[in-house]
Amino acid sequence: MWEIIQSNRRKSAILVVVMAGLLIAIGYLAGELLVGPGMGVSGIAVAAVVWIILSLVAYFQGRTIFLAVSGATKISKEDHPKLFNVVEEMTIASMLPSMPDIYIIDDPAPNAFSIGRDPAHAAVAITSGLLNMLDRDELQGVMAHEIAHVRNRDILFMTMIGVMMGAIVLIADITVRSLFYGGGRRRSRSSDSGQAQIIILVVGLALMILAPILARLIYMAASRKREYLADASAVEFTRLPDGLARALEKIGLSVLKSPRINRVVAPMCVVNPLEKTRSVQGLFSTHPPVTERVRILREMNAGPGVSGTFLQSYDQAFRKVTGAKTSSIPASALAQISAILPAAIAGGAGGDESSIDRARETRDAIWKSKQYRYIACDCGASLKVPPACRLPRIRCLRCRTEHMMGDAQASAMSQAGVI
Amino acid sequence: MPFLILIAVLVVIVLWVFGLYNGLVAARNMVRNAWSQIDVQLKRRHDLIPNLIETVKGYVKHERETLEAVVQARSAAMNAQGAAESGKAEGMLTNTLKSLFALAESYPDLKANQNFLALQEELTSTENRISFARQAYNDSTMRYNNKIEMVPTNIIAGMFNFKASEFFEIETPEERAVPKVSF
Repeated sequence: MWEIIQSNRRKSAILVVVMAGLLIAIGYLAGELLVGPGMGVSGIAVAAVVWIILSLVAYFQGRTIFLAVSGATKISKEDHPKLFNVVEEMTIASMLPSMPDIYIIDDPAPNAFSIGRDPAHAAVAITSGLLNMLDRDELQGVMAHEIAHVRNRDILFMTMIGVMMGAIVLIADITVRSLFYGGGRRRSRSSDSGQAQIIILVVGLALMILAPILARLIYMAASRKREYLADASAVEFTRLPDGLARALEKIGLSVLKSPRINRVVAPMCVVNPLEKTRSVQGLFSTHPPVTERVRILREMNAGPGVSGTFLQSYDQAFRKVTGAKTSSIPASALAQISAILPAAIAGGAGGDESSIDRARETRDAIWKSKQYRYIACDCGASLKVPPACRLPRIRCLRCRTEHMMGDAQASAMSQAGVI
Repeated sequence: MPFLILIAVLVVIVLWVFGLYNGLVAARNMVRNAWSQIDVQLKRRHDLIPNLIETVKGYVKHERETLEAVVQARSAAMNAQGAAESGKAEGMLTNTLKSLFALAESYPDLKANQNFLALQEELTSTENRISFARQAYNDSTMRYNNKIEMVPTNIIAGMFNFKASEFFEIETPEERAVPKVSF
């Protein structure tokens, strides 16, 4: 585990240096092209300021902003005990120091993501659509995947490298646009527009167009790599490849896209929220194809004789399915010798739960987190009163009994969960 | 000049040894932390049982033995001393709980009770937590023991008397064979 985090850090450092190099080059060229020859350094300074501001915002306010943008509401244990329990189980399995906050997004498109700069500030979010779809084992697989992103420190890295990519794209975009629309005036001011300057202009423009593409490629490749690793770590936590595989299949079959999940959190999602699942997924995708991930997990499950750690067995399956020579997992982590305990006890209560029960559970979680009042009527019906309701009393729809809205007993009962 | 280089090399070596030593201490603390997590979850299970008994009692009046078996297993588990005895007692408790939940299958009223359903979820989760905590303990033990046995940390471990930690092993062969519990 530590081996993975450390190896990730080393590779991340290299990627960050490459991205920083791109950013400096872009800043220099922007200065040369926009301000004038010899002003490249000031361009670098501007690029650095843009980058620092974006980074600070992402570091301190990123979580708040993204959760707000995706319309997520925080839930507590009473709102959805099962989800809460599953996340806590995964926290124990992953040995994280503290449990992440849990958010629900009222959105039929199935997805889940995690966010937060370090494990102490982490949060996991899941859409109501996904919550409705999954049984306990599958939910455990998905949450294990999200917790794996937290444990492997993927979130901070992907946010930071995403911010660099953002700065590169932003600066390149501004430069190219102002050269096209306002560049003529500026160039005529300099008297000696010799051949050298035209060459600089052409090369600069070419780089301005290429750099953002290169930045995106680096970013997406890093993201895909970390998805495989998060899958492998999820299986390491749950010891049950089948749960995550089934969940991914269910998500893959869904045709709904999620408009509310922002493209910046895409790398932290369990599947790519921005692409149709069956479209061609290539170099510009944050996630490997779902079908391939499922095949790898199934491959793991199929072989009862697979030995070694779950990471090793994931790695074997990965090589077999993708035909890749390079490993999906750092070699230092694979050097660890076999784990001992058999598959963890998973499943149970959720197994025979119907999809109607699950839908009710999810709806309750959302309504309770939005401060709906739950009033239990003696006839067995349960009244759900939105917080905006100001009526002094309310009638049961089934037996017509009147309930006082300020009723102490009713509120006590709703708090006790007798609904 | 050669003297300075010698000092620099010595400093690097000392820092490196510090690093190795700290790594060992961190690994040992992980093991201890993981072990205490198991205890936390076992305690959680003990605390849930009185509530469960209270809820079930009203519905299954003619099944006193099953309920008493659970209560006895609980107190045995709470009073058990030492890892081996405690492991056995907790295994007993798991089994009695299993039979209690199997019993509940034949009482539709009980199965529809909200309180019972909530407790069922809590106990399922607790069972999961216990096994995940044991899994985490074994993983961290493996990492720690690897450090103790592998070069070069084994030299430091020998010098400062780091002892290998023991794996948690499941006592009964039938539990080994059936890793999946369904309530």
